[in-house]
Amino acid sequence: MIVGEQKPLQEIKELIGDGKKVLVAGCGTCVAVCFAGGEREAEILTSALNLSFQVDGQPKDIEEIMVQRQCEWEYVEPLADKIVEHDVVVSLACGIGVQTLVERFPDTWIVPGLNTTFLGMPQEQGIWVERCQACGNCILAVTGGICPVARCSKQLLNGPCGGSQNGICEVDPDMECAWQLVYDRLSRMGRLDLMVAFQPAKDWSVSRDGGPRKIVRKDLLMLGEAEY
Amino acid sequence: MSETNGLKSGSRLEKLLRAGHFVVTGELGPPQGAGGDEIREKARLLKGKCDAANITDNQTAIVRMSSIGSGVLCLQEGVEPIIQMTCRDRNRLAMQADLMAAHALGMRNLLCLTGDHQSFGNHPTAKNVHDLDSLQLMDMMVKMRDDKVFACGDAIKGEEPRFFIGAAANPFADPFDFRPYRLAKKIAAGADFIQTQLIYNMEKFEEYMRRVREMGLHEKVFILAGIGPLKTPGMARYMRDKVPGMDVPDVHVERMLAAGRDIPKEEKKARRDAYRAEGVAITVEQIEHLRQIEGVAGVHIMSIEWEEGVGIIAERAGLLPRPEVGA
Repeated sequence: MIVGEQKPLQEIKELIGDGKKVLVAGCGTCVAVCFAGGEREAEILTSALNLSFQVDGQPKDIEEIMVQRQCEWEYVEPLADKIVEHDVVVSLACGIGVQTLVERFPDTWIVPGLNTTFLGMPQEQGIWVERCQACGNCILAVTGGICPVARCSKQLLNGPCGGSQNGICEVDPDMECAWQLVYDRLSRMGRLDLMVAFQPAKDWSVSRDGGPRKIVRKDLLMLGEAEY
Repeated sequence: MSETNGLKSGSRLEKLLRAGHFVVTGELGPPQGAGGDEIREKARLLKGKCDAANITDNQTAIVRMSSIGSGVLCLQEGVEPIIQMTCRDRNRLAMQADLMAAHALGMRNLLCLTGDHQSFGNHPTAKNVHDLDSLQLMDMMVKMRDDKVFACGDAIKGEEPRFFIGAAANPFADPFDFRPYRLAKKIAAGADFIQTQLIYNMEKFEEYMRRVREMGLHEKVFILAGIGPLKTPGMARYMRDKVPGMDVPDVHVERMLAAGRDIPKEEKKARRDAYRAEGVAITVEQIEHLRQIEGVAGVHIMSIEWEEGVGIIAERAGLLPRPEVGA
């Protein structure tokens, strides 16, 4: 899932700027599940913003709305009437949702209220961890299911480096060394041969380095009338 | 990997190792500035005291004059450089371009490193690169040298860069059991020589070398043992407690403390000299020990910010003068 964290209140206030009528748009999918941008968070933020601007002596009219999924046209369409009433929209969706709104409502000023942080999962209640970097060419099979692109601080494919100590990465005492995990996993599965084998240089062109990506599935495209 | 008797690079370091000498390498850190005088001075302190000197590459992710540029200045002072290149700061394009220039400028030894994470240094907000890891870098340089091709497979039309290729090894990092396998991987990827991380725990290093010999790796690569003088008890403690991948047994901290115990605190110079002397004494004992370990082809003396230490240690350990090498 996509994991995010709400921006600090002060920053959101600055992004609202001179806007008088503000709409806070929550999203009911990923950011709701990580308690950053769902219904409750949208309500709380709206109250906090209203109060804070009032205290500043610059009251604004701020209300909230929920969108089930801000990344899909069919779910953002119903916002059309509401959106035109507002100067500024603070989207609590991930960056994808913000951009979807912008594309659908090009005459509205839309700002992000969230920092989209990573692709990850809830390891336990209240703790989310990064797991995937969307590199475009999944190599989990050669590392026994632990991703070195997302979880090794140096993205090594022939790790570990010399900074691994007691299973901890040199960068932070709270950070696990991904290659220790790979070693433990492959040892357990009797597949250390995979770690001894040389991994050649990665093709980063299918990752973000190659430019923003697009997938076109010809088998799923809507056919025009003439093609039936 | 080919096991040729011919020289791959023609560097002094390579010639001495292949002739069977116990080599001595030193290290110098370039300045945090754009002037050449500091390097020249450091090079002069190392001249004649070691067979070649490593020139660090933005070590601990603190920006310094580049290794290759500093290498040129060293060469001018008559010291053979071992260029260091990390994978943190350059992608494969920049690496190939810089190393071709390094070759053209006379450099012939290259140490391929991953690089300390930029969060350790003074530019923690930078984007790190890690297009390649250190093994992939070695593989690339072997193919440039021996197959005369770029990383993309295109033929090198002009002269190919010919480096004596090195890698680092950390016998003390985890997973401890995997380290000899990682050394084997580095050899397979193209390492001609290895320099280890600083050794203080001799027992653990002996255990590592035992496993290295079991795997026959000592016959496939030249292993230089990393050593360095402790300068103060504080430094010993710091390295024991705060440096990742470093294993410093308590006895070293105790010896350093003991060296200054009988000297009053106000006599700062006397205390400093006593500490330094003890640090040198410990290093010299270590060298004597290391010369007895089968598979150790030399020592790599890291005397950080005290380059004179290399000469002092080499002399006390009976390693001077350094041998002459044939054409």
